Amino acid sequence: MPLIKIRDLHFYRGDKAIFEGVNIDIHRGKITAIMGPSGTGKTTLLRLIGGQLRPDKGTIEVDGQDVHKLSHTELYELRKRMGMLFQSGALLTDINVFENVAFPIREHTQLPESMIRDLVLMKLQAVGLRNARNLMPSELSGGMARRVALARAMMLDPMMIMYDEPFTGQDPISMGTLVNLIHRMNDAMNLTSIIVSHDVIETAEISDFIYLLSGGKVIEQGSSVQLKQSSSHWVQQFMQGLPDGPVPFHYPGVSLADDLLSPEDLS
Amino acid sequence: MIETIRSLGRWGLDIFERLGRGYLFLMQILAGIPSLLFRGSLVIQQLYSVGVLSFALILVSGLFVGMVLGLQGYNTLVDFGAEESLGVLVSLSLVRELGPVVSALLFAGRAGSALTAEIGLMKSTEQLSGMEMMAVDPIKRVISPRFLAGFISMPLLAAVFSAVGIFGGFLVGHGLLGVDDGAFWSQMQVKTDWYDDVLNGVIKSIVFGFVVTWIALFEGYDAIPTSEGVGRATTRTVVHSAFAILGLDFVLTALMFGD
Repeated sequence: MPLIKIRDLHFYRGDKAIFEGVNIDIHRGKITAIMGPSGTGKTTLLRLIGGQLRPDKGTIEVDGQDVHKLSHTELYELRKRMGMLFQSGALLTDINVFENVAFPIREHTQLPESMIRDLVLMKLQAVGLRNARNLMPSELSGGMARRVALARAMMLDPMMIMYDEPFTGQDPISMGTLVNLIHRMNDAMNLTSIIVSHDVIETAEISDFIYLLSGGKVIEQGSSVQLKQSSSHWVQQFMQGLPDGPVPFHYPGVSLADDLLSPEDLS
Repeated sequence: MIETIRSLGRWGLDIFERLGRGYLFLMQILAGIPSLLFRGSLVIQQLYSVGVLSFALILVSGLFVGMVLGLQGYNTLVDFGAEESLGVLVSLSLVRELGPVVSALLFAGRAGSALTAEIGLMKSTEQLSGMEMMAVDPIKRVISPRFLAGFISMPLLAAVFSAVGIFGGFLVGHGLLGVDDGAFWSQMQVKTDWYDDVLNGVIKSIVFGFVVTWIALFEGYDAIPTSEGVGRATTRTVVHSAFAILGLDFVLTALMFGD
């Protein structure tokens, strides 16, 4: 049975449809990628899974529980078992790295200080930032902030982690570090990972299964090898990053000839 | 024409929707307060940033307002040979009106705007969302302690404002203009009533503290999470707080002293 089961998901922002009948299964112990162009609602999907947004129709089950039928307390209990890594890291800016990583455990447990210290140092060691524990979030690079956020997300030993655009805006070294960390953590802690991204090469490298979203629907699904062999022109354009194809280079509208000859701009 | 009526309707609906959201937000804040009984340190931290950091501004402003009252009051009273009533004038003006109102306006500018900007930035940098996903309720952890701190700080700051103001009035009245100090203090003591004047002033400052902190926190929490959105929310906090303070001051004054 999959860890997350999304069925017939519909979600609208005003009149604009973000999802129209999306079905997704996320299997335990695997790394599943959700990819698609910017603005397809990938981050929205993570927020729906985490119960921060409500779908207009359809269900999302996490570990057998319908997320949107849970009470406030039950939802918060479930969230203790879900980690999420935000694009910005979402570190608390008024406390240092150590306190940020210790935050969830201080909030949810009454463990003695010595044990909290050991746990925090172990998590920071895993992401390679044990010696950066006294830095403030403003002193970290983007990649380091994401690694601290990863250590924090691991703190309560969750069953799954959701990564929101983990590779965006990273230099090649940080990118490599993050790819490696996500892969290693998933195997070592027997996690289930969901990566939302449009960095095709890095994501395809570590994903066991990929869903491609566009226009509110799942366009294609399969392993990275299957997707690369897909006969769909759209999938080929996306996977290879071609500038023109089914998704046109030009924003749709009037043709250039008509536009240049139209009198409205002359006034 | 139809479009104008329509936009008027939309505007009205927006206002009521915001009022409703603000009311629900307040209920959530109040529901989060009991849990703070076990986490006093959260409130103490906020008492420092909301209250203690506003202290210097309140102290200096109170002193100058009192000194100006002393000067202006003396110039009027001396024409009637009643300059010895300066103490009464200064104390009643401060305790009944200027203390609660001016300190609340300053509080909205200093602490209110800071609260809105802080919460708005926490929202725009996904810190509040991040907390939710760590199963930590941001209302209980971040908003309620700030609300309680504002609610506690405001009456204390208003009291300090009035006390320093009276001292400022005395400095000018006695030190500069030569009003008899015995008359200054004794007339003040006779004419300033504990219940009618002091307590009513304290009630005003409690109401202002409640409203200003509520407005500031709601504006921050409801801000559009962009730099422009947070900037606008901060401005709205100061403007709405000023309206609320002055409007409520009239209502409260009418209720307290209207007979």
